[in-house]
Amino acid sequence: MRRSFAPWANPDAKPLIRFENVTKRFGEAVAVDHLSLDIFEGEFFCLLGPSGCGKTTLMRMLAGFEAPTEGTITLGDQNLAGVPPYRRPVNMMFQSYALFPHMSVEKNIAFGLKQDGLPKDQIADRVGEMLRLVQLEKLARRYPSQLSGGQRQRVALARALAKRPKVLLLDEPLGALDKKLREETQFELMDIQHDLHMTFVVVTHDQEEAMTMADRIAVMDHGRIVQVATPGEIYEQPKTRFIAEFVGDVNIIEGHVQGQENGLWRVKTPSAEVPLTIDDPDEVLHSGQAVAIAVRPEKMVIQRDPPGPDAINVLTGEVWDIGYLGDWTVYRVRLATGEILRVTRANASRFVENPIDWDEQVYVTFAPDAAVILAE
Amino acid sequence: MNRRLSVFNVTSLVFGFAFLYLPILLLVIYSFNASRLVTVWGGFSTQWYGALFRNQALMEAAWVTLRIALLSATLATVLGTLAALALTRYGRFPGRTLFTGMVYAPMVMPEVITGLSLLLFFVAVDLDRGFWTITLAHTTLTMCFVTVVVQSRLMTFDRSLEEAAMDLGAPPLRTFFSVTLPLIAPSIVAGFLLAFTLSMDDLVIASFNAGPGATTLPIRIYSAVRLGLSPEVNAASTILIGIVTLGVISATLLSKRSVLRSRRNAH
Repeated sequence: MRRSFAPWANPDAKPLIRFENVTKRFGEAVAVDHLSLDIFEGEFFCLLGPSGCGKTTLMRMLAGFEAPTEGTITLGDQNLAGVPPYRRPVNMMFQSYALFPHMSVEKNIAFGLKQDGLPKDQIADRVGEMLRLVQLEKLARRYPSQLSGGQRQRVALARALAKRPKVLLLDEPLGALDKKLREETQFELMDIQHDLHMTFVVVTHDQEEAMTMADRIAVMDHGRIVQVATPGEIYEQPKTRFIAEFVGDVNIIEGHVQGQENGLWRVKTPSAEVPLTIDDPDEVLHSGQAVAIAVRPEKMVIQRDPPGPDAINVLTGEVWDIGYLGDWTVYRVRLATGEILRVTRANASRFVENPIDWDEQVYVTFAPDAAVILAE
Repeated sequence: MNRRLSVFNVTSLVFGFAFLYLPILLLVIYSFNASRLVTVWGGFSTQWYGALFRNQALMEAAWVTLRIALLSATLATVLGTLAALALTRYGRFPGRTLFTGMVYAPMVMPEVITGLSLLLFFVAVDLDRGFWTITLAHTTLTMCFVTVVVQSRLMTFDRSLEEAAMDLGAPPLRTFFSVTLPLIAPSIVAGFLLAFTLSMDDLVIASFNAGPGATTLPIRIYSAVRLGLSPEVNAASTILIGIVTLGVISATLLSKRSVLRSRRNAH
């Protein structure tokens, strides 16, 4: 059911949130630069980018804490210009959680409902429901200062969900949690979003977080959106070198296009003796053009024995570093040009006879369709 | 770090406390002196307290002082808090530097000058000197202290708390009363108590602006001392010290209470 969810692919689908040519300037600095973006109902949408890329500003404009300098933001059929934060059907979970320290957990959760003037019994019901949802029934009367980081995060989530907003904004929701808890919470957030059929917009600088949770990711840089796509597309078909490098690990090999043979590109590079063969038919390139070839570390194969004479895409070097991570082993291979390649190998078996060692001469190969050509 | 009390630490602590509190302690002890001579111990007695309560002039002055202190501290707290909010919240506005300077001026201005200029002002606007002129003068003097205390709290205030309240549907005014005010309340109370004690013991500004109808306790004590030391004055001062101490202790308890309450709820 979830797999078929792709309203962005449907040209007739009406977006829930629409940014049209939005620009935000703070004095001289441009935080968001002529940005247009559609987010659909029920989406788990991630804004991903390095700090200072404008993702938080974008979210704050949606919440109503900042007004766009130019452009319009619409939510459903409503133009949000001039609508103050307290009149928007949008709720936010703050990075610092921003729990009211002078109120107990249940008072915190009830705060938004009280503002709506709901009757007392309805508020109590909804608070109880929210406490069950985040499994904090036993801590209802505690104060935020008596909670652990993970518990605070849950209270913040429950408080933001209590009003059943059309859109929930989450600013670095897992940033303050440790690794184990973060992973668990990621899946919980996905379940909650799915069960409540709500639209989630998450701001994060953690690509792993974005990849795990999001239906679609918008990668931002310098106030612009570089690519909007599903996590798979972002990882396997990055549009630019920035994305390839920002999302996951990547090896970049620079070279020049030699030509096209049987639909495959031939790229000459100082890193390899024989020109590389790349299967990336969508790119439109011309001979002599400078390009970067991006290959993910797990798509490269490292071996000690020389590959056969028919082998393609062979790079030779020596093992510079070995990092054993348990599930993976990372090899850093130094080519004759001085470049360092990162190759990972899954440790599928517990014992390996005669493993590849430091300073050994090795061959690194990759399939033509394992690489992506990025025009410089 | 060595946290044990060394001989040096204890000695400096004792000397420090002695330096600060020995004169006050002496005053308190001599207020229970049976002898009429202030410097000669003649046995324990509470007669001067009785004499004090029978002394119409002193009691009246004490009542005036209390009323002025309460009223001026209340006015100073409201104005001082508003000034602190303006200074921390409205980033840059025309005349901000001038405003800051004017808010803090009474703090560094010699009291004689403040007292004199206020007197000239009250004479110019033809306001009869007395209860109201002292109250206004004390409000002017103590407002900046409230501003300093409240402002320092507001500087460390997490603005996202207010944003969260607004995000959850509270308009600005309700956000202020349900989130901002409860959280800065301890600093406001502290500012109030500071203003209250400053007004209680002010002599200079009060004597410039006092009229025939209203004399404060410090003025009364000062003029009594000029005519010769009276043990009654010791008794009056002891009560004054008691009130101030009570104020400080209650302020401390007030700010600790919220912590205690939340701890109790945990069990």
